[in-house]
Amino acid sequence: MWALSVVGMLAALFPAFLLIAPNRLLTGEAIRPQAWPLALAWLAIAVCTGLPARAARPVVTTLAWLAVCGLPLLAGLDARIALSEASAFSVRAQLGAGFWLMWLAAALLLLDRLRGLRVPTRTALWVAVLAVLVGCAWVGVFDALGLVREWRAQRAPFALATVEHLRLAAVTLVLALLVGAPLGWWVWRRRRSDGLLVGVLAFLQTVPSLALFALLIGPFAWLAHLWPALGSLGFGGTGAAPAVFALVLYALLPVVRYTVAGLDAVPSDAREAARGLGMSRAQLLWRVQLPLGWPVLLAGLRIVAVQTVGLAAVAALIGAGGLGRFVFLGIGQGAIDMVLLGTLAIIALALAIDFLFQGVLALTERAP
Amino acid sequence: MIEFEHVCKRFGDRMVIDDLSLRIDDGELFVLVGPSGSGKSTLLRMVNRLVPVDAGSVRVGGEDVRSLDVETLRRGIGYAIQSVGLFPHRTVAENIATVPRLLRWPEARIRERVDELIDLLRLDDPGIGTRYPSTLSGGQQQRVGVARALAARPRIVLMDEPFGALDPLTRESLQASLKAIQRDTGTTILFVTHDLDEAFGLADRVGLMLGGRLVQVGTPLDLLRHPVDERVSDFVGGTRARLRELAVRRVRDSMRAGEHADGEPLDADATLQDALGAMLAQGRERLPVHEQGRAVGAIVLGDLVARGA
Repeated sequence: MWALSVVGMLAALFPAFLLIAPNRLLTGEAIRPQAWPLALAWLAIAVCTGLPARAARPVVTTLAWLAVCGLPLLAGLDARIALSEASAFSVRAQLGAGFWLMWLAAALLLLDRLRGLRVPTRTALWVAVLAVLVGCAWVGVFDALGLVREWRAQRAPFALATVEHLRLAAVTLVLALLVGAPLGWWVWRRRRSDGLLVGVLAFLQTVPSLALFALLIGPFAWLAHLWPALGSLGFGGTGAAPAVFALVLYALLPVVRYTVAGLDAVPSDAREAARGLGMSRAQLLWRVQLPLGWPVLLAGLRIVAVQTVGLAAVAALIGAGGLGRFVFLGIGQGAIDMVLLGTLAIIALALAIDFLFQGVLALTERAP
Repeated sequence: MIEFEHVCKRFGDRMVIDDLSLRIDDGELFVLVGPSGSGKSTLLRMVNRLVPVDAGSVRVGGEDVRSLDVETLRRGIGYAIQSVGLFPHRTVAENIATVPRLLRWPEARIRERVDELIDLLRLDDPGIGTRYPSTLSGGQQQRVGVARALAARPRIVLMDEPFGALDPLTRESLQASLKAIQRDTGTTILFVTHDLDEAFGLADRVGLMLGGRLVQVGTPLDLLRHPVDERVSDFVGGTRARLRELAVRRVRDSMRAGEHADGEPLDADATLQDALGAMLAQGRERLPVHEQGRAVGAIVLGDLVARGA
């Protein structure tokens, strides 16, 4: 953890904290208004982490928490000052590498410090971070940042893209579960966990997502051509249909694997007793295997959900919409803040879904 | 009534059950005993079709088990196994209620039956019904396992080494419970064990299995006194068979009615093993025998030792 403080210190002194650019497309000029105070703060953290006394531990935790909340605040205020001195409205303040490195270092430090604490405390501290940041955003602390300006310019498309993204992920998850869980059950029944099906699914995982999306355009266009009725439903070479198809293919392997693992988690004597007492296969599944294997399957779905939210970004390339559109649009225009806007939103979605699943898992595991 | 008729089973090249015929009467507690791998569990699992027969037939109440719907068949037969196999996500009461639920008994009747079984199997910790299996001792878990097997009042109960994993004291207490329940309900029980003492202690009749064949069928005393061949006499313990006899025979059958003796009285239902133990403990060769608190006779050491008494 000492190393993280050094990273923070170097990030305070050398890379740009903010970049002030004449407009949203150009690269800006680096500024680091509080380089020395920040470096000293990191030095303080480094010294505290080095102290053997237990009393120093909460100090480090507090400093890390303050850094995670305070760095965005500081960036917002610095941007506001920089812009008030600027001549033209087109001037943009972009977050620089110095900011990102320090923020990451602070977040990792906090994550590490919180590991020893109880779950409710941990959750409360992260929720507090979120509350501070959302509160600051609400009162306009971040309004001067280029990122926020991008968002202000595209509020409606951004909201739409978020909904699209969530819909892509949700449809994928449901389909993957509907197809993958029975497949997993079949694989488990046949004791062929390393058989052909899993081999094919594992191979699919190795196909680069970009390539798979591109490869699907042909067959899907052809299908839509064969049955125009499908086309009128929005089914075609590009769009959501091939995107969901590809995402489901990627999700299948983990769903199958975790279904098998979930079924394996059911004690064999309970299964034997259930059969011997006269449960049908369906009753065995619903009354014994599902309740006992569910936590494992749910843990798998959590991974699949996070993976799908990430992969769905690429789906924008074949016109499926979603937050990936901002990433690719930004890359196309060279507008780095737009790329960031899309990326940050995707990360936030993934984290939120992860958090949600953790909550459901914790509730499930409370039962004996 | 359970009937096996020329039943065969092979696993791969190995003949596990070799042309076996057997008839178990209604209300009988029949124990299959034999070393591991002798095929006794396989034979038991043929009754509820967990193992299909290759040749021959198994009949329950006169009907070939293959002609019955498999789930209906199994719900009508109690089943308890050594590893118990309680459902860890269900409470004790829910576990016991498994088969009545499958049979769609009305809720009130299920509750009543569960309470009755909790009493019957002396699961008398207060509130045990709402606890989860992981919080119970091994003995309690197996009591719940037996209660679950008996829940729907099956005519036939199959028990596959149910007490094998328990400590001797717990095992004896469960054996006594089972014996009492069987006497009161007249349930036909097919019980599998590799423990001779358990077999002789429980059984009305014993079937000794060796290498997939039923070598001898008879009362415990038959097997001990008249083994059909050397393998049987080896298995029942050679000269130790005489000691085992003491555990099977009752004081009532060997006492001298009307005679008097001094010392701590024995119950007429006690085994000769208990009698010998009491004689050793008290340093006497004669002990009084009581029945329902009344002196009825005496038991004498010489009579225990005498051959064929």
